Amino acid sequence: MTDAIPKAIVIGASAGAVEALLTILPDLPKDYPLPVFIVVHVPPDRRNVLAPLFESRCKITVKEAEDKETVTGGVVYFAPSDYHMLVEEDFSVSLSSDELVNHSRPAIDVLFESAADAYGPGLLGVILTGANQDGAAGLAALAKVGGIAVVEDPATAYAAQMPGFALAACPTAKVMSLKQMASSLLAWGAA
Amino acid sequence: MRDNIEDIEVELLLAALYQRYHYDFRHYAKASIKRRLIQACNQLHFSSISALQDALLHEPTTLPRLLNYLTVQVSEMFRDPTYFRAIRERVIPHLRTYPSLKIWIAGCSTGEELYSFAILFREEGLEDRTLFYATDINPTALQDAEAGIFALDRIQKFTENHQKSGGRTSLSDYYTANYGRAVFDKSLRSRVVFSDHSLVTDAVFGEMHLISCRNVMIYFDRPLQDRAIGLFHESLSRKGFLGLGSKESLRFSVHANDFSEFDREEKIYQRIAA
Ligand SMILES: C[S@@+](CC[C@H](N)C(=O)[O-])C[C@H]1O[C@@H](n2cnc3c(N)ncnc32)[C@H](O)[C@@H]1O
Repeated sequence: MTDAIPKAIVIGASAGAVEALLTILPDLPKDYPLPVFIVVHVPPDRRNVLAPLFESRCKITVKEAEDKETVTGGVVYFAPSDYHMLVEEDFSVSLSSDELVNHSRPAIDVLFESAADAYGPGLLGVILTGANQDGAAGLAALAKVGGIAVVEDPATAYAAQMPGFALAACPTAKVMSLKQMASSLLAWGAA
Repeated sequence: MRDNIEDIEVELLLAALYQRYHYDFRHYAKASIKRRLIQACNQLHFSSISALQDALLHEPTTLPRLLNYLTVQVSEMFRDPTYFRAIRERVIPHLRTYPSLKIWIAGCSTGEELYSFAILFREEGLEDRTLFYATDINPTALQDAEAGIFALDRIQKFTENHQKSGGRTSLSDYYTANYGRAVFDKSLRSRVVFSDHSLVTDAVFGEMHLISCRNVMIYFDRPLQDRAIGLFHESLSRKGFLGLGSKESLRFSVHANDFSEFDREEKIYQRIAA
């Protein structure tokens, strides 16, 4: 793997996630070529709330990820509550009930680190609003393999901590507003 | 040629582990195994996975420590209370019709799931005719399961889960609190056989009416899941039940047609009588 052909997108978000994602996801077209994996911190007993919420507001297909399913473009995969979501080398999803990471399951780091391994430089990673430091290590891992790191502007984010920690761990990340991000995802898909 | 050295190291270590000790993790989902091996290296202070492999082959105390990383000991009593409610309300009425019962808790970890079943069967008046098999590949976990002692700060969650599962008694009837620990009544395991058994390398050992195997196969790749499901199929009596974890299913399995969906939501399947 040498040149960065866009292959996938990973997004991590916590406090304020739904609002932020509602600014980004509805713009993605039905035939968007890439898979989009999203970890949002939700309490463990909230069963499958995110996918139905976004499904009705998005053109792109939205679903809760299932264990061992084969990844396809044009699909948004949400991590189920109480499970980590990982991407395997053969581009299938695996779920796990491993210990909490950064006090959280699903954890953004777990998704980002596994996806960085699987996709290398073809990965674009986005850290959105949140009040903890999950995702910082994952974003750094993604940048290390040549992926494109993007962070929501802490100045305008609903909660600045998570973007702030991500920037500290990955100073080369591009800082964007949610609006810029939406068009940047579209462009990345069209590249 | 592979450019990721860690991936090469992971494969070599798993091969060594299999050849030397016959623990077979070669077909577990890779991403999670790799994460755990890196974690083991960091916490056990090895500079690389290769260094860990060296210790594994030459230093006997490494194996049990490594197993605690490679196997995931995350559990809860009455985990997913709706699953246990479905067992209680929908499966138990079928089980009642048998004069004697064999129940297999496969991948029982430190025993939380087993004690949940033992309590549920006692509440439903079926305990006396039941023999439980509780199996796992992690010897330390099995020892803990056999001891039946849990940290007291976990009991509140267990109690809530038990109530939500339709519990007819109080969980506190089954343990005594002692120095920050809840010691479960040993009579709960008087009808339990604890045993080392691997779903990857071991065979059928009896005919079961119900097998509960939750959050174990999720760590396997698909062919390995199929092996385990095949083993369960062979182990089940006619119309026996198979309960899986909330994110596991038979949908993608080559054995899907050998089972009917008894409770789709709770991932409870029933063997189709051949
Ligand atoms: C996450 S725990 C699940 C515990 C419990 N069943 C529950 O759902 O709460 C997974 C367990 O599977 C065991 N395990 C892993 N590989 C296994 C195998 N090949 N055969 C049997 N058990 C295995 C691990 O040692 C661990 O105790």
